[in-house]
Amino acid sequence: MGEAIVITSGKGGVGKTTTSANIGTALALQGKRVCLVDTDIGLRNLDVIMGLENRIIYDLVDVVEGRCKIHQALVKDKRFEDLLYLLPAAQTSDKTAVTPEQMKELVDSLKQDYDYVIIDCPAGIEHGYRNAVAGADKAIVVTTPEVSAVRDADRIIGLLEKEENVEPPKLVINRIRSHMMKNGDMLDVDEITTHLSIDLIGIVADDDEVIKASNHGEPIALNPNSKASIAYRNIARRILGESVPLQPLDEVQGGVFSKLKKFFGVK
Amino acid sequence: MKKTQNVLIKGTKDGLILHLDDQCSYEDLKKELLDKLTENQRVHKDYPLITVSFKIGNRYLTDEQKEELRTLIRQEKNLVVGNIDSNVLTKTEVEKMMKEEEIVSVARIVRSGQVLEATGDLLLIGDVNPGGKVVAGGNIYVMGALRGIAHAGVYGNQDAVISASVMKPSQIRISDVITRAPDVFLDDDKREMECAYIGENGQIMIDRLQVLMHLRPNLNRLEGGH
Repeated sequence: MGEAIVITSGKGGVGKTTTSANIGTALALQGKRVCLVDTDIGLRNLDVIMGLENRIIYDLVDVVEGRCKIHQALVKDKRFEDLLYLLPAAQTSDKTAVTPEQMKELVDSLKQDYDYVIIDCPAGIEHGYRNAVAGADKAIVVTTPEVSAVRDADRIIGLLEKEENVEPPKLVINRIRSHMMKNGDMLDVDEITTHLSIDLIGIVADDDEVIKASNHGEPIALNPNSKASIAYRNIARRILGESVPLQPLDEVQGGVFSKLKKFFGVK
Repeated sequence: MKKTQNVLIKGTKDGLILHLDDQCSYEDLKKELLDKLTENQRVHKDYPLITVSFKIGNRYLTDEQKEELRTLIRQEKNLVVGNIDSNVLTKTEVEKMMKEEEIVSVARIVRSGQVLEATGDLLLIGDVNPGGKVVAGGNIYVMGALRGIAHAGVYGNQDAVISASVMKPSQIRISDVITRAPDVFLDDDKREMECAYIGENGQIMIDRLQVLMHLRPNLNRLEGGH
């Protein structure tokens, strides 16, 4: 029996789908059986980022409405040997085509066959969000170092804390620009974590490679030379229970050192 | 044995006080009151308005009964009804009073979109994040950072205060007075615990926590101690 992790953020455009694709890929690289579920019905993207768009035959709504079996709708990622699958969202329906109860049932049956079910949540806090959260055991909240994204993350954490079957959420801070953080033009990691007061599970630097990779339908996590890739792989390792120190991102490293210095009383 | 009167009328400079016996039946009381009123009627003619208050001792009157007594008094031309004073309170009244008096302590973070309400005083062990709101009938004490909205004295208590370890609210409301945060908070880390209250000018003031003991001495509930 595996576990279901929902990736959510409240605000749109902070990198939920990218994070879902890469955490899923990184977990598969660790040898886990992973199923990615796109719940953004009507605005599906996860298939594009995974490069699996043209292999979709059935989708989530087809499964829920009984037009096909689950395994028929699952798209296998050929880059992995039977480890990574995608359940795509429908593009022609809207979010109300599925109810939270149906989603829970679906995720529960996927959990039987996979180690990890990664649920990509749509933006917002309405029907689509409730669908995505319905079957989840754990939650990861993605935010960027912007006030508006942090505000929405705070809102979504409040909602997640009310869900009885979801463990306290973990935080991913995405698109960190270390030079801006250093100048104080961007909220820094400490500020965000103390403000939201939940556990940090990873920080990801803003990296042009991520966009390039997404456009090619290859999750960045497959490329071992990119900083963002290592960040996502570290997140996957932390999900598996390893304790991995936060990635020393250029100036972010300086931040850690200066904190150490402060701790020892050296100016 | 001489029958004692159930209704005793006493005149004071504030008007008449009717002491109603709390041992007899309500019907007897009403009858005697009516008698007394009719027999004394001529005395009051052409006099200015007189306020009549009741002291009803350990008797409990329902709202209907109270209204009945008031109607009896109002029938007289120059009498107006003051308050009805009883030693007895109903359980609901007491519970309401206790709720307004008690301090509710809550350990959590009030996040964006959440509202935390208390009838009496509120002690929050945690933060209020921007977009979050705390509301209390009495005072609000925040042990963490207050970055959202706090509304104390919601039912009109102008003496209510708000205090927080880190006072960076987006808005503060006490009773019906509202103030908003300055557009920029000065970034000095020396800020101590602060409190907000309605000052003499009717505006919300923010000051060191220590001034509260002089401004609101009634906040002290501890009896004894040295």
